[in-house]
Amino acid sequence: MARVDVTPAAADLIRSLRGAHGPLMFHQSGGCCDGSSPMCYLEGEFRTGSSDVLLESLRVDGVAEPVTFWMSKSQFELWKHTHLTVDVVPGRGSGFSLEAPEGVRFLIRSRLLTAEELAALQ
Amino acid sequence: MTRYAAPGQDGALVTFQPRYDHWIGGEYVKPARGQYFENPSPVTGETFCEIARGTAEDVEAALDAAHGAADAWGRTSVADRANILNRIADRMEANLELLAVAETWENGKPVRETLAADIPLAIDHFRYFAGAIRAQEGSLGELDDDTVAYHFHEPLGVVAQIIPWNFPILMATWKLAPALAAGNCVVLKPAEQTPASIHVWMGLIADLLPAGVVNIVNGFGVEAGKPLASSPRVAKVAFTGETTTGRLIMQYASENIKPVTLELGGKSPNIFFDDVSTANDAFFDKALEGFAMFALNQGEVCTCPSRALVQQGHYADFMAAAVDRVDAIKQGHPLDTDTMIGAQASNDQLEKILSYLDIGRQEGAKVLTGGERADLGGELAGGYYVQPTVFEGDNAMRIFQEEIFGPVVSVTSFADFADAIKIANDTLYGLGAGVWTRDTNTAYRAGRAIQAGRVWTNCYHAYPAHAAFGGYKQSGIGRENHKMMLEHYQQTKNLLVSYSPNKLGFF
Repeated sequence: MARVDVTPAAADLIRSLRGAHGPLMFHQSGGCCDGSSPMCYLEGEFRTGSSDVLLESLRVDGVAEPVTFWMSKSQFELWKHTHLTVDVVPGRGSGFSLEAPEGVRFLIRSRLLTAEELAALQ
Repeated sequence: MTRYAAPGQDGALVTFQPRYDHWIGGEYVKPARGQYFENPSPVTGETFCEIARGTAEDVEAALDAAHGAADAWGRTSVADRANILNRIADRMEANLELLAVAETWENGKPVRETLAADIPLAIDHFRYFAGAIRAQEGSLGELDDDTVAYHFHEPLGVVAQIIPWNFPILMATWKLAPALAAGNCVVLKPAEQTPASIHVWMGLIADLLPAGVVNIVNGFGVEAGKPLASSPRVAKVAFTGETTTGRLIMQYASENIKPVTLELGGKSPNIFFDDVSTANDAFFDKALEGFAMFALNQGEVCTCPSRALVQQGHYADFMAAAVDRVDAIKQGHPLDTDTMIGAQASNDQLEKILSYLDIGRQEGAKVLTGGERADLGGELAGGYYVQPTVFEGDNAMRIFQEEIFGPVVSVTSFADFADAIKIANDTLYGLGAGVWTRDTNTAYRAGRAIQAGRVWTNCYHAYPAHAAFGGYKQSGIGRENHKMMLEHYQQTKNLLVSYSPNKLGFF
């Protein structure tokens, strides 16, 4: 049971970004403008700390190492009842996310976790 | 009704260049790597110009130009700088319609807003800081009969400013006016979604500023924003955007021990107490307008009143009238002066809003009106339009906790004052809030109890210069729109002077 999954299109983009740049991480943003979008960085570019939660280490075919998916602890408290899927759409999202120059933007799609899934995750 | 001609059509007030390079050292400079990206208008989804795709080399060139200009600019008299800011304002005022049309085409917002709010507010902002810098004084402390501490304001030097896409010209102005007034040179990176209108502005006012004082490097965050924000050659970074990038900018700044100011958004409560509905009068009408303010700028405002808290005693009647008011919002061509809501600024923003309409329904929120993408057909079919949407639900739902940045309000009820404040403060953010009541004591106590930097009291979405704007909690650091922003762009020099001829006697 995973908290976070990726769509095939997002997996393609992750593979391509990994090939071009190196190992990757995500940090889920909040707030205005491009808030609530997942930000994709080189692994370690964004320094996580005790105020963050590692939601998932994503396994993507063709990517040797797991891609970590982080969120601030306070935001996770408000999101923890939902399952997240990283998708990708055409766009120009700002922020420093690696995919923006490709004319695409990672996007989160959400669904409610079932009671069984929540129990399994705890 | 007036329909302004779209840029590129006969009779258009503004003509965009087919391509914009970087504005560096008072001239246009091609990007070092020769790359460009396409800039679509959200009105139609069609590309209308190309923009230089800046990289670290371009940022360095802009920093060279800014540092070259900084010493002379920092030594200009405050009268000279104030005069220049006033001339910029005058030039903008003489070209108000042109700038408004450019901004609407760039961002998708209705032209009635750019004509009445964005551009007039930007004009006034330059005038406010022209006045504020003339009136600013240092201080002196007379420590004793022989010793005086003098405090001087000095410019920081060269500052970095990263601008959001929701009010491209106004947000640039909020940052430029205090920085320039205080005597700084600027390297500014516009948002990649809205990079062109600032060049229209620059083209209008370029002759008023010495070369190198304002430099514009276009490009993507990761390619141009990062080298700018992480440069040891900038004395301060100002950013408006979201929390993860805000934290990243703080991390970069920490490597160079530089200050930052950040405006990172909110989830602003708009509170309607029972007494709002005790009469069907002008105030009640004003409160309904206050409710509908979530649709201003398509909800792409950091202080969008995206949570409405309505007291239980008048909930049913107030909400019936409020939904009627929302249903009267006219969606249409953004260049039509009758249009009240235009296009979302980008396709990814549209997609994100739709993803929230989805999770809102999944969590059980009830759609009172709207809830779908709007297809306006014709030439607008490729644009990014969303129906104004009212959800009814619970404050624990994600649509009550996350900034959707779209024309979406989430409504819940409250029992009493304590309940209202509890719900209002149950958020990670604290940028704006609204309080509506006929009772001045309730208004005062609610305003003081809400943990937010701006509490609009019996009004909403007013952004006058002279009223401090900034966040509590995770909404950021610093206060814009007010003379206190000057000090965010200044160093304090203390001269500690002894007028005694006699030694202390230690050595």
